[in-house]
Amino acid sequence: MFHGRFFYAHESRLMNANNAERTVMDAQEISRALTRIAHEISERSRGAAQVALVGIRSGGVHLARRLAARLTEIEGTAVPVGTLDITLYRDDLNARKEQPVLRKTEIPFDITDRTIILVDDVLFTGRTIRAAMDGLMDFGRPAEIQLAVLVDRGHRQLPIKATYVGKNLPTALEETIDVCLEENGETDRVVILA
Amino acid sequence: MSLQRKDLLGIQDLSVEEIALILDSAESFKEVSGRDIKKVPTLRGKTVVNLFFEPSTRTRTSFELAAKRLSADVINFAVSASSVSKGETLLDTARNIEAMQADFIVLRHPMAGAPNILAKLLRASVVNAGDGGHEHPTQALLDLYTLREKKREFKGLRLAIVGDIAHSRVARSNIYAFTKMGAEVRVVGPPTMMPLEVERLGVRVFYDLDEGLRGVDVIMMLRLQVERQGPGMILFPSIREYARLYCLTPARLALAAPDALVMHPGPINRGVEIAPEVADSRSSVILDQVTNGVAVRMAVLYLLSGGQ
Repeated sequence: MFHGRFFYAHESRLMNANNAERTVMDAQEISRALTRIAHEISERSRGAAQVALVGIRSGGVHLARRLAARLTEIEGTAVPVGTLDITLYRDDLNARKEQPVLRKTEIPFDITDRTIILVDDVLFTGRTIRAAMDGLMDFGRPAEIQLAVLVDRGHRQLPIKATYVGKNLPTALEETIDVCLEENGETDRVVILA
Repeated sequence: MSLQRKDLLGIQDLSVEEIALILDSAESFKEVSGRDIKKVPTLRGKTVVNLFFEPSTRTRTSFELAAKRLSADVINFAVSASSVSKGETLLDTARNIEAMQADFIVLRHPMAGAPNILAKLLRASVVNAGDGGHEHPTQALLDLYTLREKKREFKGLRLAIVGDIAHSRVARSNIYAFTKMGAEVRVVGPPTMMPLEVERLGVRVFYDLDEGLRGVDVIMMLRLQVERQGPGMILFPSIREYARLYCLTPARLALAAPDALVMHPGPINRGVEIAPEVADSRSSVILDQVTNGVAVRMAVLYLLSGGQ
């Protein structure tokens, strides 16, 4: 199933529909991981007053909202959330036969001098995160950019490391990771497709 | 889905799905134009050539901005300054431009079908920026976008296009565009400016402006192209008479639906086809059209770059 080139993690589920799947995180584990990450964010940024979350389309959007809700609960003040579509910053636009569909970027706050936490579901090659950082910089100059992911599956092609990781999941290159979320009408779980 | 074509030549051969894709993509590009840094790296290293055989400031500038906001390099070829005046054919000019590794040629030409010829013979993507009396597809797309933004739905929308329908590529592209999307289209103008059998495009014809405007949701005024008037072609006796019969005044605007919008592809002639009070009124979305034009053209360049 692997195409010989890298692919962005959120595309993986489209490529691999009918294979056997194995659950590697259930709803409770996802929930605990997010709660822990929220506490880590709060601890690391000493109160999260300057923190804002930006979910990367499409896998990171719902996770960013969930993290924001938890952070708000912990800190007692609302944490802003935005959404970033990285399509226009991809490095493979020239290599593709057809252009990926654009979705909206919505960052309804000034990112300058804030600590921005990028949120994605799966960290894989790192190319999405590179694109996201470039995209974010066009909106202002954040004091700091951190990265929170639910799953780190390895196989980095760029020197990028997550600040907060829900679960480290060593995988084979040809496997795909699928993050299913309630917001998309599924039961919360992370599955691995071999 | 994606735009599986190399060129954008007209609205006539676009499907409803393709039109919707362009409009949806334009929304994301409008967001880019609203940022402090109005630039994305998407078409970095690509070259866009604006090849204009007719004078145009608005459309050329809009394409230029669109390409620049996508980080493409832009070259403007204006006819008077080019070798066309030295006898070179359109195709030779275009082949020379392509030999400089242009990826897009944005063509405006007085002859209908000129972009179609180039599209067939060149590897570069060709975007029609107006060809004779044929089509001006990006204008129709930006009009659709502006209307969708304001009115949400095309179905059941009543649109009146007013002016020189026969000579207007904007009218033709918009007739294709709005009928495809399910709107009801009327054309209004004097008989000398009405193309023969225009009804076959699925529109209703009105010669009386008051009658044509009654109850419409959108009024699209066309510029009176005085340059079309000449010794061989007399379309109306005087500008004054034309203005008396076909100028959109506040009183006439009141005949349309209460929340009717006024559009104009520009440049406007105040007091000829549109009264200043109307052009500057809250019903007017003329400047929104200009803003949206850049976003729509960014979407077109982006989507065509996938079909090369």
